[in-house]
Amino acid sequence: MRTLVTLGVMIVVMAAAIAAGITWSKATLAPKLALDLEGGTEIILTPVPEAQASGQVTSTTISQAINVIRQRIDASGVAEAEIGSQGSGSTAKIVVSLPGTPSPETVKLVTTSAQMEFRPVLQQSYTPVPTATPTPTPTSSGTAGLPPTPSASSAAAAPTPTATASAAAGAAGATPTPTPSASAPATEGAGPISPSDAAYYVTPAVQKQFDSLDCNNVKNRSGGVNGPANAAFVTCSQDGSSKFILGPVELQGQHIAGASSGLNILPNGTTGTEWVVNLKLDGQGTTEFAKTTTRLVKETAPLNEFAVVLDGLVVSAPAVNDIIPNGQAVISGSFTRTTAATLANQLSFGSLPVSFQVESEQQISATLGSEYLQKGLLAGLIGLVLVVVYSLIQYRVLGFLTVSSLALAAVITYLVITLLSWLQGYRLSLPGVAGLIVAIGITADSFIVYFERIRDELRDGRPLAAAVEHGWSRARRTILVSDAVNFMAAAALYVLAIGSVRGFAFTLGLTTIIDLLIVFSFTHPMMEIIARVRFFADGHRLSGLDPRRLGVEGVRYAGRGRVVVAPKAAAATDGHGTAAAWPTTQPAAVGLPGETIAERRAAARRAGTATAPSTSPAHDERPTTEGEQH
Amino acid sequence: MAAGFAQWGNDLYTGRRSYDIVGHRRWWFAVSGVLVLAAIVLLFAPGLNPGIEFRGGSEFVVTGVVNRDQQKAVTAVAAIDNREVALVTNQGSNSIRVQTRQLGSNQVEQVREALAKAYNVNVNAVTSTFIGPTWGADVSKKAVSGLVVFLVLVAVVMTAYFRNWRMAVAALAALFHDIAITAGVYAAVGWEVTPATVIGFLTILGYSIYDTVVVFDKVRENTDGVIHQSRYTYSEKANLAVNQTLVRSINTSVVALLPVAGILFIGAFLLGAGTLRDIALALFVGMLVGAYSSIFLATPLEVALREREPEMIALRKRVLAGRAGGSGTDGEAVAAGALAAPLVGPLRPGAHQGFAAQPRRRRK
Repeated sequence: MRTLVTLGVMIVVMAAAIAAGITWSKATLAPKLALDLEGGTEIILTPVPEAQASGQVTSTTISQAINVIRQRIDASGVAEAEIGSQGSGSTAKIVVSLPGTPSPETVKLVTTSAQMEFRPVLQQSYTPVPTATPTPTPTSSGTAGLPPTPSASSAAAAPTPTATASAAAGAAGATPTPTPSASAPATEGAGPISPSDAAYYVTPAVQKQFDSLDCNNVKNRSGGVNGPANAAFVTCSQDGSSKFILGPVELQGQHIAGASSGLNILPNGTTGTEWVVNLKLDGQGTTEFAKTTTRLVKETAPLNEFAVVLDGLVVSAPAVNDIIPNGQAVISGSFTRTTAATLANQLSFGSLPVSFQVESEQQISATLGSEYLQKGLLAGLIGLVLVVVYSLIQYRVLGFLTVSSLALAAVITYLVITLLSWLQGYRLSLPGVAGLIVAIGITADSFIVYFERIRDELRDGRPLAAAVEHGWSRARRTILVSDAVNFMAAAALYVLAIGSVRGFAFTLGLTTIIDLLIVFSFTHPMMEIIARVRFFADGHRLSGLDPRRLGVEGVRYAGRGRVVVAPKAAAATDGHGTAAAWPTTQPAAVGLPGETIAERRAAARRAGTATAPSTSPAHDERPTTEGEQH
Repeated sequence: MAAGFAQWGNDLYTGRRSYDIVGHRRWWFAVSGVLVLAAIVLLFAPGLNPGIEFRGGSEFVVTGVVNRDQQKAVTAVAAIDNREVALVTNQGSNSIRVQTRQLGSNQVEQVREALAKAYNVNVNAVTSTFIGPTWGADVSKKAVSGLVVFLVLVAVVMTAYFRNWRMAVAALAALFHDIAITAGVYAAVGWEVTPATVIGFLTILGYSIYDTVVVFDKVRENTDGVIHQSRYTYSEKANLAVNQTLVRSINTSVVALLPVAGILFIGAFLLGAGTLRDIALALFVGMLVGAYSSIFLATPLEVALREREPEMIALRKRVLAGRAGGSGTDGEAVAAGALAAPLVGPLRPGAHQGFAAQPRRRRK
């Protein structure tokens, strides 16, 4: 009884949550549909022109990119997306179809290449923040700080003497000369001593580019492609607050073994309030990173900093205080929960081999049309009606318990799917609908197994209440193990597969859990209640639990000292008749330990008439000994 | 009808009527073997016919369309290439996207002209391009790796639960049998294999294992402690279990197949080609074969494996010796002409049935 109430409360809570979601949030009454049923947005991505020109775009890079994009989308929810290529060779494009109208974050998740690099900082200067204007709109800030003059940078914390000195020295000749701040003097014409060799990398051209770079201009902060790996690279930070000259790449993003987002951990071990991305480097990455930090820790600011560059912009540039030998790095920056999660997601599935830009974004209709869903549902409905008719024929009034359990399962499934489509972005596709219809079979099977076990117990001569109890303890085991196997299938596929297989696995797992929930918290408690109703307990002809129909003939113990005598069989078999039929059918051995008295007597009698022919094979067989023996 | 069915169920349960399913196992093995062989041949000879989602194909975009009746495009494409039905999607506000299997350059031109004519636009308004598969090799690879893990897990869990690896082996053999035959039927029918079909196959996988586990659990229950008695052989006890679950198997199969049959009927006859038809065919065949295999293949196979165990051979000898009415080696005597078919009930009559079997005291 208590479980019934719990179940009711659960349903009400879920319904209330949906109602609340509709009122105050963007939940919908019907579950959201997937691409094949609802249509969505088709985004065509073209590789950026530089990549196309340099011949980087091959069918291999396109299929790599497709793989990465698919993993990113899958990791962000269970929305089923279609990703494919279009065209071939250097003109190849990627077509991403997402259900519904994707948010800008989703589009960004798909399009950004997430190429991450670690580079040493050679020079840094803070952008003069246009504090003069109280409202820094993009236009006003653009005019305010257009040319960041040397005086402006010297006003900032960054050490500008280096910059001016190297600029002056660089003006003298094409070959770089050592600057006063350089840690080691470089000989003329020789290669760089280390990636931090500012004297080698900061050429006049680079310095000029750095000086003229304006990070207040939004255009300069849109990101793009990382610079060449073995040369200096001038860029802004993501928020535009500072600009950098960076040395050559020290560590490539492909050495990142995994990434996760979370709140930062303070030195005293407690959790802070800032969102960070935690990186785990692979073996080679760990060695290289340890080497870099060993070198940088000896340098002075800003040369002791390394910059985390993502898609051409500096995410953060922490100073190295310690050597990091274990390959664990934390990137902090101006992250929110979503941006940290997005970056971690992008980094853990690797970067796209080339950068892409959105060529077009347009609405597409459902591939299947609305009539498919209607007809599909109609088909399911017809099937359900047939199931109802069949179970009523098979189980009579008891069939109503099957039907109501199935109806309840349908209600719960609907509620859960609606909730998930609101909270998790779950989308129902046509294969999903088919999966739900198949679930009818698996759910109904639990009831059938249960009812058949009860009937078996009735055939053994138990009264209904005992039969329910016994049948349940046996059916429960079967239901549990078979559902466990089914759930395992779903879990394995969900964790390991991608694309629409994942969506299917989710539906399968969901229906399996709901099946268990219904059987344990509705069907069985209801059955226990039913067993107390006289209509069922006395085995009415239409109850589906009529012992006479189940082959129990003659005297049947009905509990509480009462005995039911079946009218049909009453004349044929009384207690003695049963006993007379008994011995001939029971091939018990003589003298076996643990025999009943009746058995021993029967064996003795048999021994007396050993030579007599046995009775016909179609004799009456008594299934068990209990009940009637008393 | 129902009364007869119930009576039949009773007879099956009590063992009064018993179908010797396990005893005739050579027949079932032969039938299944032939079916699987035929299926494998079908998988090679006509072979499966993968759809656009797996192979890629040609895509046409018609722009400037006023009346976006999708059927026109399907008809236009079918007139040129009728092997597969085109996928039509509305795009943006006034264009239409048509995807077909990969066509030759001749056919591409023909389709462009046909589409232009159908939608009453200039041929130049119809662009064509090749598209790659949306269900690429990487998706399949991941799906297969998921599948392998699933099968290993199933084998391990079944071995642990039934405390016998033979049940797991038999269940996996039945699973292979179901999938092979379903794929064979699919190849024979020649319908396109779409992602929906694959999903259908995966569903069968789950269903087949599920069905087999239910039957095996009854076998486990019946054969519990089988070696501690001398009346019935393992196969007789297992056969009784199959007979006793026959009613449940039939009921479950009917209940599970009715909705699928509904979808198949509507999908194939009212809607024509499409996701519904693909998935429903795979499911219908798979569930039917799955129900068959759980009764006629999995259990007999398991029995065949079990009967090779030395303990079971000894049991069989003991039982047969007892039945012969002679003096068994262990001194057991059984009445001559005793039943071949096993009886229901405890193996040792008169055993305590537990307190739950006692009459209840009336609650106040």
